[in-house]
Amino acid sequence: MILKINNLHAGIGEKTILKGINLEVRTGEVHAIMGPNGSGKSTLASVLAGRETVTVTEGEIFYNGKNLLEMSPEERSKEGLFLGFQYPIEIPGVSMVAFMKAAVNEHRKYRGLEPLSASDFLKLMREKKELVGIDSKLANRSVNEGFSGGEKKKNEIFQMAMLEPKLSILDETDSGLDIDALRIVANGVNKLKRPDSSSIVITHYQRLLDYIVPDIVHVLYDGRIVKTSGKELALELEEKGYNWIQKEVNQN
Amino acid sequence: MNGQVGIVDRYLDLFDKNIGKIMDSSSPYINSLREPAYQTFRRMGIPDKKNENYKFADLALFFDFDYKTRLVPGKSDIEEAKNFQCGVADLETQGMILVNGYYPYADKLKQLPDGVWTGSFREASSQFGSLFEEHYGKYANTESDGLVHLNTAMATDGIFTYVPDGTVCEKPIQIVNIVQSDEDIFNQHRNLIVLGKNVQMTMIICDHTLSPRKFLTNAVTEVVVGENSIFNIIRVQNEHNYSGKITHTFINQEKNSFASSNNIILHGGLVWNNTYHYLVGEGAEAKSNGLYLIDKFQHVGNYVSIDHFVPNCTSNQLFKGVIDEMATGVFNGRIYVHPDAQKTAAFQRNNNILLTDDAKVFTKPHLEIYADDVKCSHGATVGQPDNDIMFYLRSRGIDQREAKLMLMFGFAHEVIQEIGVKALRERLDDLVMQRLRGELSRCANCVVKCY
Repeated sequence: MILKINNLHAGIGEKTILKGINLEVRTGEVHAIMGPNGSGKSTLASVLAGRETVTVTEGEIFYNGKNLLEMSPEERSKEGLFLGFQYPIEIPGVSMVAFMKAAVNEHRKYRGLEPLSASDFLKLMREKKELVGIDSKLANRSVNEGFSGGEKKKNEIFQMAMLEPKLSILDETDSGLDIDALRIVANGVNKLKRPDSSSIVITHYQRLLDYIVPDIVHVLYDGRIVKTSGKELALELEEKGYNWIQKEVNQN
Repeated sequence: MNGQVGIVDRYLDLFDKNIGKIMDSSSPYINSLREPAYQTFRRMGIPDKKNENYKFADLALFFDFDYKTRLVPGKSDIEEAKNFQCGVADLETQGMILVNGYYPYADKLKQLPDGVWTGSFREASSQFGSLFEEHYGKYANTESDGLVHLNTAMATDGIFTYVPDGTVCEKPIQIVNIVQSDEDIFNQHRNLIVLGKNVQMTMIICDHTLSPRKFLTNAVTEVVVGENSIFNIIRVQNEHNYSGKITHTFINQEKNSFASSNNIILHGGLVWNNTYHYLVGEGAEAKSNGLYLIDKFQHVGNYVSIDHFVPNCTSNQLFKGVIDEMATGVFNGRIYVHPDAQKTAAFQRNNNILLTDDAKVFTKPHLEIYADDVKCSHGATVGQPDNDIMFYLRSRGIDQREAKLMLMFGFAHEVIQEIGVKALRERLDDLVMQRLRGELSRCANCVVKCY
């Protein structure tokens, strides 16, 4: 079991957004979390990555058997957790090379390894760029600065490739992408899949799941997981929309 | 009398006691300006907070002190600028040093292979008499700053550079200003830089202190940028925190000229840079940029004044600061668009990051626009390190301290990347990173052991 969430309650300021999430992800699984806008999908991603603006009020999260909520964001990353941001941040003046070099070497230090030499590092960058299929010029620019929406998302997948996470959480990675960019992002994710890695794909639409095939689909509604099923659930949602889920929940 | 009463007497006394010796060592033209300048200084005094240019400055801490002054060149064991590598190690420059404001070399004036004349200000004032009469004291005559006049009244030496028409200087000229003494001293020096037409030249000025005494320097630089010429001046200030430095740089820009002034402040107890661009020829473009990375009790300010006298000129100001611990940073940016200066484009931006509750910044835009067809803008921000950037970096495994350093480096880099010389940009990036890491107090690759 890589991730176990028990009765998670969390919110921003006075507002409670997550109202008792229970979720289990096993090694090697791909989970999709779907749900209407405002259901709490991104808040869940933020809690998992350790964003301080979200406050956990109840519940617990175990990551590889460790108490995730006690770990700093950087520790989570070094333990193999990766968040692909819905809105990647621009960092003017910091090159992608400097950024990734710092990140990769922090990860290596954590595992007791020497920093990569400059040439080994550039070789790694080149390999991963090719694997993910991003324009090699992007790597020479400042982090996300002046990148198009699609380039930013591809850059998230590139960073994921560089850091080889055990659990990746992709927060609406498909939003704002045209179909070609979507395919590149999805292919990247599929190529990076290993038997010992797991993913949580958060999405509003079913279309990403044409390319990334989930083992399990959850529906998040009003801060709770209200339905969990196999991949066919995604198709049902695509066909019927979220209204029938809302009705079902309200009836209960 | 305006200004700081009492303090001014110290400096009037210095003049009264030493004017004989001062006059002995200078050319008649320079001497002819001394008495009027003394009277102006007497009237205006040392600027205090009532002076708009120095509104947030606290000069008394450094000015109200009994300094010795040097009227003859002091001895120095440092001869070669190239030995002095803290600043710009791998950069090929035409280097020279000034020790306590004096040009120390036996060969007082020389012509470089590319035709540029450079050397001692004092020597040049006799050999290039007509050039001095045409330019000296013409630009540094502001009615708002007594210290400029104090310099005109008393300065005797400094750097002179003359770049004849059509010369493209391959290597930057680097002046390493060294203050070194076993006494607390007050220095003044004066630079005159004259660029003819169609000239390209970059000048780097590095300010350093080499002994642990209290120092105060009041330096004036006048620059003439001829038609179609390109000039960059980059000042890297890295004096110790018992040292005070006031600089006044006047850049007179003729038709279609480009001039950039860049002030990089790293260390120094009091650093106050006054930069003036006079756009007197149509089509001239000015860039005035600055970066201040300060901590402890540093008190640092940039006053910039851009005068658009004629139509179709452009100016840009970009100043950024990271202020830590108890330090104070000031940005005071003036844009003056004169009535004839239609089609002016003038912009200004100042961004600051405060790292502690005790760090202070004052930012003051000052725009006076007397023409109606102009584009002008200004903006200032003061904030803490951006939380979204911090979280993004940390979410990739970079710890909080390192993330903050990267963020500040990126913030500072915007100013560095404006500098036109690639080798210098790379070196300055290194210096900025060292400064942010707190590793700059002593540079490993320097043969001179700085205090």
